[in-house]
Amino acid sequence: MADQTYPIPGSLDAAPSRGAALLEWLHSWVVTVDHKKLGILYVVYALFFLVVAGVEALAIRIQLAVPNAHFLSPELYNEFFTMHGTTMVFLVGMPILFGFANYMVPLMIGARDMAFPRLNAFSFWMTAFGGLLLYYSFIGGFGLYGMGAAPDVGWWAYAPLTAKAFSPGHATDYWALALVVSGFGTLGTAINIIATILSMRCRGMTLFRMPLFAWLMLVVSGLTLITITPLTAAQIMLVIDRYLGGHFFDTQAGGSAVVWMHFFWIFGHPEVYVLVLPAFAIANEIIPVFSRKAIFGYPAMVAASVGIAFISLTVWAHHMFTVGMTSVSNAFFVLSTMMVGIPTGIKIFNWLATLWGGRIRFATPMLFCTAFLFQFLIAGLTGIMLSVAAWDWQLHNSYFVVAHFHYVLVGAIVFCIFAAIYYWYPKVTGRMLSERLGKWHFWLFLIGFHVTFDTMHFVGLLGMPRSIYTYEADRGWGTLNMVVSIGGFVQGIAVLIFVWNLINSYFHGAKAGNDPWDAWTLEWSTPSPPPPYNFATDPVVRSRRPLWDLKHPNDPDWKYER
Amino acid sequence: MLNPSATGTRRNMQQIRRLSSIRCRLVAFSLWCVTGLKAAAEGPQSTPSILAPASTPAHEIYGLSLFVLLITGAIFAVVAGLLVFVIIRFRERESDAQHEPAQIYGSAQVELAWTVIPVLIVVVLFLTTARIIFAIQDEPKPESALDVTVIGHQFWWEFRYPKLNIVTANELHVPVSTSQQPEPTYLRLLSADVDHSFWVPQLGGKTDLIPNHPNEMWIDPEEAGLYVGQCAQFCGIEHAKMLIRVYVDTPQQFEEWAKNQQQPGVQDAAAAEGRHIFESEACMNCHTIEGTTAHGTFGPDLTHLMSRATIAAGAAANTPRNLHAWIEDPNTFKPGALMPAMQLSDQEINEVVAYLTTLH
Ligand code: HEC
Ligand SMILES: [Cu+2]
Ligand SMILES: [Cu+2]
Repeated sequence: MADQTYPIPGSLDAAPSRGAALLEWLHSWVVTVDHKKLGILYVVYALFFLVVAGVEALAIRIQLAVPNAHFLSPELYNEFFTMHGTTMVFLVGMPILFGFANYMVPLMIGARDMAFPRLNAFSFWMTAFGGLLLYYSFIGGFGLYGMGAAPDVGWWAYAPLTAKAFSPGHATDYWALALVVSGFGTLGTAINIIATILSMRCRGMTLFRMPLFAWLMLVVSGLTLITITPLTAAQIMLVIDRYLGGHFFDTQAGGSAVVWMHFFWIFGHPEVYVLVLPAFAIANEIIPVFSRKAIFGYPAMVAASVGIAFISLTVWAHHMFTVGMTSVSNAFFVLSTMMVGIPTGIKIFNWLATLWGGRIRFATPMLFCTAFLFQFLIAGLTGIMLSVAAWDWQLHNSYFVVAHFHYVLVGAIVFCIFAAIYYWYPKVTGRMLSERLGKWHFWLFLIGFHVTFDTMHFVGLLGMPRSIYTYEADRGWGTLNMVVSIGGFVQGIAVLIFVWNLINSYFHGAKAGNDPWDAWTLEWSTPSPPPPYNFATDPVVRSRRPLWDLKHPNDPDWKYER
Repeated sequence: MLNPSATGTRRNMQQIRRLSSIRCRLVAFSLWCVTGLKAAAEGPQSTPSILAPASTPAHEIYGLSLFVLLITGAIFAVVAGLLVFVIIRFRERESDAQHEPAQIYGSAQVELAWTVIPVLIVVVLFLTTARIIFAIQDEPKPESALDVTVIGHQFWWEFRYPKLNIVTANELHVPVSTSQQPEPTYLRLLSADVDHSFWVPQLGGKTDLIPNHPNEMWIDPEEAGLYVGQCAQFCGIEHAKMLIRVYVDTPQQFEEWAKNQQQPGVQDAAAAEGRHIFESEACMNCHTIEGTTAHGTFGPDLTHLMSRATIAAGAAANTPRNLHAWIEDPNTFKPGALMPAMQLSDQEINEVVAYLTTLH
């Protein structure tokens, strides 16, 4: 015994074992406060939940492919559509977009990190634990009452269905608390982004020389602060109702179901813009680079984004045209909603003008952005249709609405997310994604998307409401639903190709170099991947496209920019 | 089928041809969806299409929707056309010189123009919409209107006719309303538990039933027949099986129906055993049968059960076999419905069903 040697923790060891190195590596990800690592964590976390919620969607589509199917029980169906929606919005959409912001904003504005690195890490882990809490409900949701597993009240969770009387068990509690927890993470990140953009820009980078990406992230973060707050307040009121005998939404004790709707949608509508403005931000970077032109009408783009954010705060009750508001209130929300179309139109025209006269290169990022333009146009137009309150009395809660918001969330946002990943993956990993797989991914996803969501509009016009786990055979919805489901699986295959591309290219992709796309913003001036703290010396800029100025010393931007 | 020996180019050609024929088929398909439905859209349908209106509010909405489609369609044609043009005209070609295209940073005049046009479109759309909102929502209620109180329950509908003293469930009867003899039906919408939404697309838009928040809507169906719809606000586990059937009756039919509904339940001595079971089991706590001791209100009124074509809000046809299966275990048709399986013996269920089938 006496002569046995004991390893001394922390001692110098020339060749640590593989296991120890792995642990070391994992540990470095857990304790990191580096904005780039946190950005990657956000994106990986979101992609993981994208696959989870995608599987839920496919299960839903199997159940609906034919009338009177028994693939999912009613309970499980209701859990799946609730979890699908909640996951996609809170665990995929927001984290992935904040991930991009985290990684890119400091690089783009010439900063060495976010303003509050530790708050940054804290926010990410709050978001992550929110997600784990939500999914733990599948195992832990069985309450004293032996009822319910995952939340099954819809992602809008209308009162009083969420009251103790109608939702015994703990599923609804998991839903409310998970959103409170991840909501705090979101608020932290929003504050961090605002502080970073306002106080960390490099020399010469005035607000109006920032890349539009940074501008839009600033607007989004402001909007997030305003909208997550009522959501969090509503969740806390709900928990008070359920456990402390409050009567905010408890209609049996005189509470108001409609007040919940107001709280939820004053969050819920701007939330759409919290998700879609980052998509615009991505398009604002990619479209100019791949059409080889400066963005057309930069000041108008900034103004339109700020305009959209403000108008979007005044439109929430267009989700409530059927709850019996007065005709005057209905008319008010028709007008405010339609007005969103004006700044949105400006954006589309400015993108068109950017493309006009360019030399457009259809690499994979640009393919996704082009499809985004078409799909966002259609999504906007169906949005106008839904804003027509009288027509909305028919369309509301029908599959037409489901088709519309998937056009926004998938057709616009997910397409831009894919574009962004193809665009920045070389910067983040140092290797290119495979263009060949990228094209397969793009075309399959495009076809699947249109087969699914174009068809879904017609299902809605034929009177099929959402959130139903099955339907009667004589309704005439069978064939179309089958088509919708098939498209869903095509999208699933496309996503598998994408995931394979992400993994395979990480090891075997072509070396990217600093600036594979011949782009113009500061992140492309760093090595790929950028070193810790990004810039050896603080950059100095004189225009919105510092790398253009470098590449064209005789013809720099700062001579022309307005 | 593809010929495996075909050369690459041949295969490409085939693919292109196939793609374009798919595109043709897609166009034809959407046209079929819109026009085909419209052509078949005379009177009541088993598909509750919003494109086949059969009542004034539904017609007004339909007309408005065509106008909006026209405008949005025109916007789509212009913008998508420009996009396609730009993509084709300005895509990179092999022959392109390697220097960058001319950089244009913006133009105040152009940008002003494409701000003003959308503003004008919004004004037009808003005014047209507002007109229809007011026309439907603020339409004064005529003297001749029929009143029905609709009460949403987790997962069935209660219909009360206060002036006619009728209570029924799931199948709403209303008179046809013609221009000579207008008799619109005004629905007062209440909820006994959670939010629901009343939606029969051919007759009008949907309106929610919200506890503590009474709502109102009206319909005036112009043609007799059966119109289907269903609950359109997620209300819990069996939301999908909360179907609505609206029977639009001719004036005589409606009068006959109403007269029958006003009678107390038929009491047939041959089914006395079944009635006894019904009155001594918990059935009576949840269901009403006028003329007996059963006065429960938690479940549907069964006084004239056999005047309905379906049970459990459309979940099954109203046949003795289905009634048997339902009473044995409601989960057979509607897992999660709020009626418990009563653990009656087969014999008892037969007696109860025999009794229920006398309730015309
Ligand atoms: C706890 C209350 C309750 C009890 C006890 C109960 N029912 Fe029901 N019953 C309901 C409810 C609620 C419904 C509606 C279910 C639905 O459609 O979702 C219903 C529906 C029905 C229907 C279909 C009515 C229709 O028009 O759709 C019949 C028939 C019926 N019950 C018969 C019985 C009989 C017979 C018994 C006694 C053996 C019984 N019920 C006991 C609550 C009850
Ligand atoms: Cu909205
Ligand atoms: Cu309902």
